[in-house]
Amino acid sequence: MSIEVLAPGLATLIQDGGRAGLRHLGIGSAGALDPWAFALANLVVGNPPGAPVLEITLSGPTLRFHAPARIVLCGAAVEAEVDGVPVPGHRCVDLPAGSALHIGRCTAGARAYLAVAGGLSVAATLGSASTDLRGGFGGQAGRVLRRGDQLAMCPASIDVAALRIAPWWIEPACDDRPRGAEPLVRVLPGSDTTIPPDALLGPAWQVRPDSSRQGLRLAGPALAREDDSERVSEPVMPGTIQLPADGQPIVLLADAQTHGGYPRIGHAIRADWPLLAQLRPGDRVRFAACTHAQARDALCRQRQRLHRIALALDAKRALA
Amino acid sequence: MSGVAIEPLGEDALLLRLDRRIDPAVNARVHALARRIEAARWPWVREVVPAYASLAVCLAQDACDDAGGIDATAEALRVLLAGGDDPDDARAAAAPPIEIPVCHAPAFAPDLDAVAAHAGLSTAEVIALHCAGDYRVAMTGFAPGFPYLLGLDPRLAMPRRGTPRTRVPAGSVAIGGAQTGIYPREGPGGWQLIGRTPVTLFDPHRDPPCLLSAGARVRFVAIDEDAFRAASGDRAP
Repeated sequence: MSIEVLAPGLATLIQDGGRAGLRHLGIGSAGALDPWAFALANLVVGNPPGAPVLEITLSGPTLRFHAPARIVLCGAAVEAEVDGVPVPGHRCVDLPAGSALHIGRCTAGARAYLAVAGGLSVAATLGSASTDLRGGFGGQAGRVLRRGDQLAMCPASIDVAALRIAPWWIEPACDDRPRGAEPLVRVLPGSDTTIPPDALLGPAWQVRPDSSRQGLRLAGPALAREDDSERVSEPVMPGTIQLPADGQPIVLLADAQTHGGYPRIGHAIRADWPLLAQLRPGDRVRFAACTHAQARDALCRQRQRLHRIALALDAKRALA
Repeated sequence: MSGVAIEPLGEDALLLRLDRRIDPAVNARVHALARRIEAARWPWVREVVPAYASLAVCLAQDACDDAGGIDATAEALRVLLAGGDDPDDARAAAAPPIEIPVCHAPAFAPDLDAVAAHAGLSTAEVIALHCAGDYRVAMTGFAPGFPYLLGLDPRLAMPRRGTPRTRVPAGSVAIGGAQTGIYPREGPGGWQLIGRTPVTLFDPHRDPPCLLSAGARVRFVAIDEDAFRAASGDRAP
């Protein structure tokens, strides 16, 4: 009941919903960078909401399934094939034992999620299966996948004689806003202000190649801060937008450190973390101001959207 | 407790700022306040994250789904703060310090000579002063289980290295500015390394995972290489 890693891909990680309540120990949350695509992937294959999945970054792994499995790829659009047959994303694919799944480049977006029906069998460390790269624990030995790794699958009673691709798929968008070339990420006010106060909101920011799961590093016109006195480290959270001395903002993501000394000029709302997670180096992003009520509303709508998909899937299974 | 600013830290956390400086008295107030918030046992508070002069109150996400969750918490905190300061964090002050053995052998202490030169002291005096300190964990951050310790003798203060090391060994005891700390795990770091401890600061499979948590008292005890080897098994230099 295992998956053998024939080639690891650029940075493939075991992730789930992440860790909560350990920031006071210096332990960040980790977890899937795109919580929407992560939730969708588990939903499509019928897993419980927080089941561990593989997070694929920009270029995917090649995996040998030593047992039959039902899988789905959600999030970024990826080139994927099973023993030479192309497989599309956002729909169930049943693999017979011995199949080799080759996942190539992400053609749109930066992170794809591979869920396996029944889930990956990963022992929880500090309450989560997620890989904490900075702490070096969780997931597969606290690191990215390597060639030769064996990933255990939870037993899922599925019998597959031949490759089978479901004729239906899930609409993957996390909201119904039109998608332009420059996604619009909504931000709450931060503790610090820039000069002028809305300087972050004007320009399109380009994602720098040294971005990581810890933070998206942006390039654009240097921002000035109103109060540039020295700071004492204060708690920071995923979503916090920091402004280092070079005036180039950093949007902290799931692997955010727990404390930081840079001014905080805003906070990207949860409902838009999926957009941030899918940005590739060189992509552009814009920011728009929002209120706490709007942030709550956006998150509620996103959850309602997920519930509607869950209902549709239930109805489909009832008919099958 | 007066003069505490409360502001949102994103959607589901509040930041309480007592001050903007690194000061043992301010930090003691932070920990006293953290204990009071924890003692209130509000079911919607997931955790309290102390820093030097501030703390974050993180809410369970479901609490924020209810309109006003973060506002209601801010109001509850204002009521709690209006109750006045705790007279003292006597309980923490009375707690015995946790002893951390440190070996200052040259292989473990590549920056000990530089710290001594910077302070105008002998290496023996640096070791004696560092071990004489009564330290308090101001906060845990930077990396899982990394303790930022207040209480360094001002004579030992020394700026961080111009270029951080890409690889600082686990257990390294270091000085960074007016602070001292211990690297729980091998990784990059820019502090001045003056020794190494054989004890494991962070083990995700241990309960509790961190040996030193915020507010704890700490003392360093010098040991020789034999004691280091005995305590660490084969983790020799």
